[in-house]
Amino acid sequence: MNKLWKLIAEGQLWRSLFRHGYPDTPRNRTLAVLSNFFLHLHPVKVRRSGIRLSYTWCMGGLTFFLFLIETLTGLLLMFYYRPTAELAYQDIFALREHVPIGIMRELHRWSAHMMVITVWLHMYRVFLTGSYKPPREFNWNIGVILLVLTLLLSFTGYLLPWDQLAVWAITVGTNMARATPILGHEGPGAALLSIGGLDFIHAGDDVRFGLLAGRFVGEGALLRFYVLHCVGIPLAAAVLMAVHFWRVRKDGGISGPL
Amino acid sequence: MGQAIRDLVDAMANPVIYFLGSTVAIIVFILFRRLLTKPIVLIGFTIFSVAFLVFAWSDPNFNKIITKGDNIPILILLSSVVGFTWLGMRRAVINDDRIARGEPTLEGEVSKQKVFTWPDLVYPELICLVLFTALLVTWSIVVEAPLEEPAASARTPNPSKAPWYFLGLQELLVYFDPWLAGVLLPSFIVIGLMAIPYCDTNPKGNGYYTFNDRPFAISFFYAGFVLFWVSFVILGTFLRGPNWSFFGPFEYWDLHKLEPMVNIDLSTFFWVKALGVPRPDNPLIREAPGLIFLGGFFVIGPLILAKTVCKKIFEQMGMVRYQVMMHMLLWFALIPLKMFGRWLFDLKYLVGMPEYFFNI
Ligand code: HEM
Repeated sequence: MNKLWKLIAEGQLWRSLFRHGYPDTPRNRTLAVLSNFFLHLHPVKVRRSGIRLSYTWCMGGLTFFLFLIETLTGLLLMFYYRPTAELAYQDIFALREHVPIGIMRELHRWSAHMMVITVWLHMYRVFLTGSYKPPREFNWNIGVILLVLTLLLSFTGYLLPWDQLAVWAITVGTNMARATPILGHEGPGAALLSIGGLDFIHAGDDVRFGLLAGRFVGEGALLRFYVLHCVGIPLAAAVLMAVHFWRVRKDGGISGPL
Repeated sequence: MGQAIRDLVDAMANPVIYFLGSTVAIIVFILFRRLLTKPIVLIGFTIFSVAFLVFAWSDPNFNKIITKGDNIPILILLSSVVGFTWLGMRRAVINDDRIARGEPTLEGEVSKQKVFTWPDLVYPELICLVLFTALLVTWSIVVEAPLEEPAASARTPNPSKAPWYFLGLQELLVYFDPWLAGVLLPSFIVIGLMAIPYCDTNPKGNGYYTFNDRPFAISFFYAGFVLFWVSFVILGTFLRGPNWSFFGPFEYWDLHKLEPMVNIDLSTFFWVKALGVPRPDNPLIREAPGLIFLGGFFVIGPLILAKTVCKKIFEQMGMVRYQVMMHMLLWFALIPLKMFGRWLFDLKYLVGMPEYFFNI
C-alpha cells in the first residue's frame, strides 16, 4: 500500500498536479497550502485557538460552503426554468413531476434556509467573541453587507416558483416599500412633493413601482427578481466574500487574545 | 391529562406572556449563568424539549404547523440559537473564572501555538463539509420542497406571511406603521450593526468568550438578536395565524378569530380624556403632546443622560460616537415602549397624523 502511494506521489501526474510530495513533512505541508490556488486562501500556519470548533462554530465556513452549493444547484435549476408568468410555475411543477429522484430544488431551497441561519449564527459568534473590535471593524462592516445580500438573495429567490406562497410573501414584503418616507406613495412626506394638486409620487412611479416594474407583483417583477437572484446579487456577494476572506488574513487571521 | 396541559399552554399563550416570558428567561440565564451552563442543565433541557415535542406531535394542530416543510428550518434555528447561546456562555463563565484567577483564557492558552493548516485545518473543514452535505441530501430526499397552487392575484391567502426571516419585522407591524416597521427600523438595524465596532470602545473581550469583561455589550446583543429578532421569527411562524391573530400552539387556526382592537392615540388621551375638550383641528397642535414627548425622548434624553448616568461613557466616547449610539439605542427602546403602551393603555400612536401618513 505504502509502496503504491509512493509510486503515485512521485509520478509525473501527481507532480504536475501538486508540485510537491505527499504533505506529511513540514516542507510539503507548507507547499500544500502555498502552491494550491484554493488552499492558499488559508495561511500556512494558523493559531490553534482560531481553528477550534467550539470557538468559530465553523459558521463562516459553512455559510461559504452553502453559497457554493446554492451556486451549483442554482445553475442546474436554471437549465429547466423560464422566468415568465406562463411558464415559471409549469417548469417548477414539471421539475417535481417528471424528474426522477430530483432533489435539486429541495437542495437549493433547504440550503438557502440554512444559509440564512448560518450567517446569523456567524454574526452572533463574531459578536460574542468581540471579533469586530480593532483591527477588524471594517471586516465586520463587509459582513453586515453580506448579511443583507444573503437575505436579499433568499428574498428574490422566494418569488421564482410563482405559486401562491411566493407571490403573496413577496407582496407582503414589498408592500413596505410603499411607505418609504418621501419616495413611497403612502410614505410620510410624499405628499409634499406635489405642485398644484399634481403629485410627483404616486403608485405608478414610487420606489415600489421601480422594484416591481409595476403596481403589483407581476411579470415585470418576476423578471427583475430573476435577474437579481441569478446574476446581480450573487456577483456582488462573491466579490464581497473574496474581500471578506482576504481581510480575515490581512487583519491578522482569526481573532484570538494577544 | 394531555388535554389539560394543552389547554393550559394555549390559555397562557398570548403575545404579552410570550414576550415577558422570553425576557425573563434571558435575564435568569444571565443572572444564574454559572449554574445554568453546567452540562447537566443542557442535557435536562434537551430531554424536556424532546419529550414535549413527542407529546405535542400527536396533536393535529401542532403537527400541522411544525411539519410544514418551510417551518423545519425554524426548529433548527430555535435549537441552534439555544445551543450556541449556551455554549458561548459556558465558555464565557470558564474564561471569566480564569481571568479572575489570573490564568490565561481557553483561547489564550493555545493562541501562541501555531499549527499547520494542512492537516489541522483542512481535515476538519473536509469532515464538516462531508457531514453537512450528507445532512442536506438526506433532508432533501425526505422532505419535498413546497409548491402551492399557481399564483392568483385575486385570491389573498390568510394569513399572508413574509418569508420567515422577515417575520420579526412583520410582527412589528402590529405596533408600528409600515414606514417604521418596514423601512426605517430595518435601515436602523443595518446602520446600527455597522456602527457597533465604532461605538464599542471597550478594548477588552477581543478574541475570547467572556461576560464579565463586557456585560452591557453581551446583554444588548442577547436582547437584540435572541429576544427581538429570533424569538419574533419563532412567534411569527408558529403562533401567528389568520388575520395575524395570536394562536396557542395547540389551537385551531380559526379564520374568524378576531381580536378586538379599540386602540386610541396619545392625543385622545391628552385632549379628550385628561382635559375633557375635543381634539383641536390643527394637526400640529393636536399632536403636540406626542411631538413634545418624542422631542424629549430623542433630543433632550441623550443630553440629560450624558450629564448624569452616562457621564463616564460620554467622556470616554466623545460626542459623535455617543450620539450615534444613543439614537440607535433609543430607536430600539421605542419598540418595547410602544409594545407596553399598547398592552397597558391600548395606545395606538404617540403621534398620529394620518393626513401626512406620519404616525409613530
Ligand atoms: C455570506 C456571508 C459570510 C461569509 C461567507 C463569511 C465567511 C467568513 C469566514 C469563513 C470567516 C473565518 C472565520 C469563521 O469561520 O468564523 C469569517 C470571519 C469573520 N466574519 Fe464573516 N462571513 C459572512 C458574513 C459575515 C457577517 C454577517 C459578519 C458580521 C456582521 C461577518 C463578520 C466577520 C468577522 C468580523 C470575521 C473575523 C472574525 C475573527 O477574526 O474571529 N461575516 N467570515
